[in-house]
Amino acid sequence: MDDQMVLKGQIGQLHPSPEAKPPDSKPSRITGSHTENSEAGEILGLRILKRHTSEDESFQLDVSFTARAGITILFGPSGAGKTTLLDCIAGLTAPDSGRIHAGSRTLFDEQRRINIPVPERGVGYVFQNLALFPHLSSEKNVQFGLSRLSATERRERTDAVLESFRISHLRNRRPSEISGGERQRVALARALVTDPCVLLLDEPLAGLDTRTKSRIIDDLREWNEAHCVPVLYVTHSRDEVFAMGERVLVLENGKLIAQGTPHEVMSAPRLETVAQLAGFENIFDAVIVQVHEDRGTMTCRIAGSTVEIETPLVRAEAGSQLRIGIRAGDILLASIHPQGLSARNVIPAKILSLAQRDVLVVCHVDCGIDMEVHLTLAARDALHLQPGKEVWVVIKTHSFYLMAVS
Amino acid sequence: MNWQAFWLSIRLAGTTTAALLVIGLPAAYWLVFSRWRWKFLAEAVVALPIVLPPTVLGFYALVALGARSPLGRWWQGLTGHTMAFSFEGLVIASILYSLPFAVQPFAASFAAVDSRLLAASATLGASRLRTFLRVVLPMSVPGVLSGIVLSFAHTMGEFGVVLMVGGNIPGETRTVSIDIYDKVQAFDYAGANQTALVLLGICFASLVLIYGLSPRRWTTKWF
Repeated sequence: MDDQMVLKGQIGQLHPSPEAKPPDSKPSRITGSHTENSEAGEILGLRILKRHTSEDESFQLDVSFTARAGITILFGPSGAGKTTLLDCIAGLTAPDSGRIHAGSRTLFDEQRRINIPVPERGVGYVFQNLALFPHLSSEKNVQFGLSRLSATERRERTDAVLESFRISHLRNRRPSEISGGERQRVALARALVTDPCVLLLDEPLAGLDTRTKSRIIDDLREWNEAHCVPVLYVTHSRDEVFAMGERVLVLENGKLIAQGTPHEVMSAPRLETVAQLAGFENIFDAVIVQVHEDRGTMTCRIAGSTVEIETPLVRAEAGSQLRIGIRAGDILLASIHPQGLSARNVIPAKILSLAQRDVLVVCHVDCGIDMEVHLTLAARDALHLQPGKEVWVVIKTHSFYLMAVS
Repeated sequence: MNWQAFWLSIRLAGTTTAALLVIGLPAAYWLVFSRWRWKFLAEAVVALPIVLPPTVLGFYALVALGARSPLGRWWQGLTGHTMAFSFEGLVIASILYSLPFAVQPFAASFAAVDSRLLAASATLGASRLRTFLRVVLPMSVPGVLSGIVLSFAHTMGEFGVVLMVGGNIPGETRTVSIDIYDKVQAFDYAGANQTALVLLGICFASLVLIYGLSPRRWTTKWF
């Protein structure tokens, strides 16, 4: 694994040129070279294969990665296999083949017939539904995993974790008597107090408001700085990816399709799944017409049209295929032909439809292809936009995100 | 009112229920958590007394406990009397007859515990036994109570099996239901009614207790 973004199943012909890289992308802090993997106790490494077959579908989880101490985001659509992956690490389900190790400890090795039982793995797991024990108070829930300690030590550890997650005042209340955010804190505290060697969080903050979420994230981050264990954090939410992640793994259909820093993976996606997850409303197939090495750009023609656009340069030859993503909010509309602009793409178009969605106007234009554009209400009124009106579509070169065709 | 018969019935129901708690909890545990592929056979055997006529069960119990069976001979050698037509024999027959009334509510409540809670307990380092004692059992308290009450009430009202296995020996095997039957045979309708009414009251109170403990039973709503 190198420090750059690693793409699995990539088409080879598209390698980002230095010019095409986002200017502020930094090398990931987590991805390390193999030599650093010998540090004991803080690395999670796995290579597993798990088939799951039912009457109407067959699913195969086939992943391999290492995660160092710190938060690694596991991102992907539902059904991608995120929970199955966590269950394999926790030992709740056994992979068909492969190996899982945490530091120097082997948790699972199919060839050597090692499968450490769940209670002995020392893996902390916060479930999607939290799985708090409904018949126990918050304090008893938190103490559940500390039965092997002496009473004094148990009390000290419990008090400390209740304090650091700000839930001391809830210690005598049962899960049904506290709020959703408080329950999530209790579930986190219960997993963390056992000093796990790996922490698995399956959408632990789903359904919380942003304010509560960011407070819990801060507490979790603080805890993690003190304990330094690998944390795998499953989420659907783009905001959480940027707020939490030092490194992102993108899982789709049982396979890791991209990994890197949140910025690398989410802002310059080279695969369509990531692009859709990252919020690209417009995705087109295109062919490279001409490469301008000197200008750091290329001319591409959008498939099925005569529209030619100027995009950032990638290491590829004229004639190769690629896929282009453009965020609807990155496109400008002009009612007269604009002059003196730095934007390199000015394309004549006609408005097809306008629809108001809350305070946003979703506009579809025909510029040889159907393109979605997001505008403000004020912009729509100032330009007197209505269906049938002739406009100009303006797009900056660097608003185009280039992806490999899979 | 034949208080001796009442006291005997309560003693029989109490002993049977206590024994069913000891046998039924592990049996229900096994039924719920075992991965044995022929488990459904065991489930069918446990449920059999619900559909079997008491005379059939009583008949086989009588044969099995009688002086000619190995079990009966062994017991006779040990105690000097046969198990058939004795209080001990009644207890054994009642345990068999009331088994589903204890095991089924136990098993249903164990199975109703969310499997993610069992997973959570395991990831927190708990063994299966500890998970059972600290999570499954406490969460199954209503089911276990209803199993206890059901088997007690069911044993209190048992007639066919008692008649087959125990006969009608005052203070030993003459339970309330036998006593009512005797009174009717002797045209003592007033006495039969008195005893029957008390038994009716006990059974009704037991059921009220169960349904009161699990208020969400049979509840759904229309849309």
